[in-house]
Amino acid sequence: MTLPLILYRSLRQHALSTLVTAGSIALAVGLLMVVWMVKDQSQRAFVETSTGFDAVLGARGSRLQLVLNAIFHLEASPGNITAADFEQIRRHPAVKAAIPLAVGDNYRGYRIVGTVESLFTQVEYARGRRYAVQPGGRVFAGAAHEALVGSFAAERLGLRVGDTFQPYHGLVFDPSHQHEEIYTVVGILEPTNTPADRVLWIPLAGIQNMKGHDPKFATDLSAVLLQLRTPQAGFMLDMMYNRQGNRLTFAYPVGAIIADLFGKIGWFDRVLALVAYLVAFVAAGSVLASIYASMSARRRDLAILRALGARRHTLFAAVVTEAAVIGALGAVAGFIVYGALLTGVARIIRAQTGVAIDVLAWHPVLWVAPLAMIALCALGGIIPALKAYRVPVAETLAPTS
Amino acid sequence: MLTITDLRKSFPSPEAGGRPVEIVSVAHFALGAGEQVALRGESGSGKTTFLNLIAGLLAADSGRIEFDGTNLVALGEAARDRLRAERMGYIFQTFNLLQGFTVLENVVLGMSFGGGRVDRAHARSLLERVGLGSRLQHFPRQLSTGQQQRVAVARALANRPRLVLADEPTGNLDRRRGQEALALIREACAEAGAALLLVSHDPEVLGQFSPVRDFTELNRPAAPSAT
Repeated sequence: MTLPLILYRSLRQHALSTLVTAGSIALAVGLLMVVWMVKDQSQRAFVETSTGFDAVLGARGSRLQLVLNAIFHLEASPGNITAADFEQIRRHPAVKAAIPLAVGDNYRGYRIVGTVESLFTQVEYARGRRYAVQPGGRVFAGAAHEALVGSFAAERLGLRVGDTFQPYHGLVFDPSHQHEEIYTVVGILEPTNTPADRVLWIPLAGIQNMKGHDPKFATDLSAVLLQLRTPQAGFMLDMMYNRQGNRLTFAYPVGAIIADLFGKIGWFDRVLALVAYLVAFVAAGSVLASIYASMSARRRDLAILRALGARRHTLFAAVVTEAAVIGALGAVAGFIVYGALLTGVARIIRAQTGVAIDVLAWHPVLWVAPLAMIALCALGGIIPALKAYRVPVAETLAPTS
Repeated sequence: MLTITDLRKSFPSPEAGGRPVEIVSVAHFALGAGEQVALRGESGSGKTTFLNLIAGLLAADSGRIEFDGTNLVALGEAARDRLRAERMGYIFQTFNLLQGFTVLENVVLGMSFGGGRVDRAHARSLLERVGLGSRLQHFPRQLSTGQQQRVAVARALANRPRLVLADEPTGNLDRRRGQEALALIREACAEAGAALLLVSHDPEVLGQFSPVRDFTELNRPAAPSAT
């Protein structure tokens, strides 16, 4: 009971510095866990999102740009491909499914994508998962001016079944470039936690024939999503389009291209992780500094405890444990910081990419980071603990007589 | 109970160019169980050092401090700490209470570092005995100096000591409070069956004691050498 009493009183006596130090540790632990989780979950979410299709065919250009444009609905299309190109790949015996996409318009910043009904009725958008329309809605029909709206876009734009909207030209919202056509919302998609949630889907012909688009390119497409029958087919088509041809780009395999993207932005993760580690070290340093700074004031108390019979190692343990307890308080509070930060970051990521991050997901970093922080704080407590260990009792306590 | 023989302690002195200067050199001193003895000595005569050596807060250079059959001089620091925690009480001139702890906690800490169990009821009864039963949850800063000294007395008796050492225990109190504190220390030690060794230079305090030993006669340190 003695050690807990000494710890409790010491923490109470230095309540302000305890709170400030524990707060900085909470920030460090929270930040460390957020950086780790965002990195891990966003990578996983991006990879999972791209599991539905094996390849993307598009105009000559960057494979990554093609994948980002066609699957993640980010970036501009590298260019158009012709209806003949689409027909050729659709009929290829190695291709199981080919979904044409046409982009180029938006509604208040949310991308409008033209495609075919089969994307929603016959194809898995990710392994084992198909699109579903919310009750009371349906998939758009043929060439009608109808739209099927992703759940996130519908929520943000306030669109419901039966509502109408007029598309704007281009991928960036410009109020002065509104098309004349009026589209009616006939269905809202169930949430998929993928970029598709941010898209307003309309029939392919809708985009192709939108007034104001050049009629010469009315049959052109932005890209084709492909499911292949075998992996070998991918290498064969890669050879055909990328090595032998010079007009189109065959982005394959999609998963590897996304992994490559994360490899390229890996430095960013490392910088973030480095910042988080630095914050953690600074926080542990602040434990050291705050306890060390208070040692002069505590010197007398420590000497009194020694005079009462406390052993040197008891006081050493008390100071190290106090540092660890401050670390533990900070680590617990770190989960609040983590929850708040990750919720905010997840909202931003969802709004920007459509990718959903599960705030309640478990990862070993959620126990490794707090425990490592507590250990680091205990380590930081060793230097002031040594000072406590060496307090000269007789010299500190009494005027000699 | 306490027998001291040929006890010597030196400290390096800046005045002597860093060479050790003898502060304590006591050829013989004895204190029986339950006995109360006062040592008279001027400031700087080595009284506190003498008490610190008996308490085991300082290690002696040589000699014997036989306490309840144990020679403290032969013990290591940890063993001396344990002995002090289990069988000695110490009352300081400046009280030395822990300011962040309540009155009750201060007394409880007085019995926390020995081998025995912590007896909060005993701590309460001691505080009631010294007239602070209604101040258990107060902090030292909320008490008068006289009350603080009474807490120090209760704390010194908390571990049921065989020996209480008191170093100028009334030095920070006015005359009336000093006399009250002294009477309390003597009574409490007598009730607890603890021997009391008190050092002071105050004639009023010493006048209440019998026997009073002159520390300057008892302590004969060697004069610093010229070289």
